[in-house]
Amino acid sequence: MAELLLEGIKKSYGSVAVLHGIDLDIKSGEFIVFVGPSGCGKSTLLRLIAGLEDITGGRLSIDGKLVNKVAPSERGIAMVFQSYALYPHMTVYENMAFGMKLGKAGKAEIDRRVREAAEILQITPYLERLPKQLSGGQRQRVAIGRAIVRDPKVFLFDEPLSNLDAALRVATRIEIAKLHERMSDVTMIYVTHDQVEAMTLADRIVVLNAGRVEQVGSPMELYHNPANLFVARFIGSPSMNTVPMKVETGGASPRVTPRNCKTVEVDAVIPEAAAGAEGTFGVRPENLHVVGTDEPPGSVPVFEGRVDIVEALGEVTLVYVDVGHEEPIVAKIDSDLSVKKGDRVTLASRPDNFHVFDAKGLAFPRRSAAG
Amino acid sequence: MAIIKKALFYLLVLVIVVVSVFPFYYAIITSLKTGTALFRVDFWPTQISFDNYTSVLTSRNFPRNVLNSLFVSASVVILALLFAVTAAFALSRVRFRGRSLLLLTVLAVSMFPQIAVLAGLFELVRGMGLYNTPFALIFSYTIFTLPFTVWVLTTFMRDLPVEIEEAAIVDGATPWVIITKVFMPLMWPALVTTGLLAFIAAWNEFLFALTFTSSEVQRTVPVAIGLLSGASQYEIPWGVLMAASVIVTVPLVVLVLIFQRKIVAGLTAGGVKG
Repeated sequence: MAELLLEGIKKSYGSVAVLHGIDLDIKSGEFIVFVGPSGCGKSTLLRLIAGLEDITGGRLSIDGKLVNKVAPSERGIAMVFQSYALYPHMTVYENMAFGMKLGKAGKAEIDRRVREAAEILQITPYLERLPKQLSGGQRQRVAIGRAIVRDPKVFLFDEPLSNLDAALRVATRIEIAKLHERMSDVTMIYVTHDQVEAMTLADRIVVLNAGRVEQVGSPMELYHNPANLFVARFIGSPSMNTVPMKVETGGASPRVTPRNCKTVEVDAVIPEAAAGAEGTFGVRPENLHVVGTDEPPGSVPVFEGRVDIVEALGEVTLVYVDVGHEEPIVAKIDSDLSVKKGDRVTLASRPDNFHVFDAKGLAFPRRSAAG
Repeated sequence: MAIIKKALFYLLVLVIVVVSVFPFYYAIITSLKTGTALFRVDFWPTQISFDNYTSVLTSRNFPRNVLNSLFVSASVVILALLFAVTAAFALSRVRFRGRSLLLLTVLAVSMFPQIAVLAGLFELVRGMGLYNTPFALIFSYTIFTLPFTVWVLTTFMRDLPVEIEEAAIVDGATPWVIITKVFMPLMWPALVTTGLLAFIAAWNEFLFALTFTSSEVQRTVPVAIGLLSGASQYEIPWGVLMAASVIVTVPLVVLVLIFQRKIVAGLTAGGVKG
């Protein structure tokens, strides 16, 4: 049970500013994920919350108490590191008990808590082993177990899965989700650059870029209503197709013309004054359909061009269509459809899947929020 | 070709072994001789007599000198490691202004020859009232050992993963707990190596030991051996000298043999990825 309040959190190393004033209100029991490209400051932000780095400016409070100057061990946090950071010379049991021993807890109490945590994570058989005798996945569980034993109010994860192989990553991800369910009153903050982890685990995602918060919202909110071009292109895989456009008319029936394309009507609030302005038009690959195959009712054709590359992934096929821009337009289509390299295709989509951004990259809000 | 290569290799090994071990071997066989046999050159033991050993060990001050040496050397090792580990923690993990300058200064200090600081150190020792006590030696040896010890441990500690330290911080460990409970167990190989070298240096040191002690009771072994005298000033008691040398070398050999097993690599394996 812990609410976190970040007010204008700033961090700089000497004259280099890494975080430029982060405001965030994290509710008790929430699962928050920080995502962003490398160097965006997400790990730094986590380390500031943990107390491993000094906060340069702003206020950080946990449960209403200012903790800027409070030692990490007294903040009620526990942290899981990317590299596990187990004590190599201690057994699994000692690793998990170390924090409590330092906290002068009773032997019986330590034993009970360690065994309980080991039970949850199914590492009871390994309690007497040394970390070097464990596999990567087991080590990461021990690291999580060590954090559970501390009975934290806030659980911090710093890219905990990035050292695991793909299969183990999925399994451990599901385990973390279960852990969150089981410890529903514990606030969890999770840093990752993997958007699948972010989408699947988070109650709310915080997208960071270059030391600033780009957008905060539920995974689906970010997916459907990205606030700006950065979030639009960052969330979703493959990235959203974006092309330059010109606003034809604003007001009641806004229409825009993506470069080299037909004019389309969009579902967005564009001021009348914006008519004639430049902007960016975006549509996600999974919302594009090849005309004449399976396009849903209400689709309007947008892009026309020659198929450049076809990537069959099994469940879906990615089609790269050259429409005369620098980047090809990507469409994610049903793998049963036979589209060949060199075919001329028209790609269509429903107007409520169109995203439009102004010249600064900020999204024009939707008229009807699409889920 | 391969055989020649191998043969040459082992020949080289043999040369190195002979050159480094022969003096010690010769000291042992000499220590077992008595009388005029001492002045005959023999490469194999011709007589075995422990007279020299009994005469050394029953002499008035020699056992006391061995104890002095043990006390001084052990104290130097403990003090040097204590200071070096804590200093290494600061120098490798705490960011502060002038850190590399400090490290370089520490290194520079160790470059002074002993004789250059002898006079100053003598005044210091006298001023502190340590003259002719083992503490004078502990003090001066620690000064000369620390630069090396600090450097080795600093380099070693720098390579320990930062995350382990941070995990300990989150677990509520103070710097002292981190050093003693987390880092020291990981640093055994470095601690043993530097400790051993500090011990050997202190055990064998002659110049300070000669200068800072005056009475026979306070001497350490190297000085005691150096000042061993025969019946007249024209007679050097080779047999007793060699016996004494063997006695003081054996502990070192034993120490190295014991700790060589402890010097194992890969102690940090498993703590962090990679």
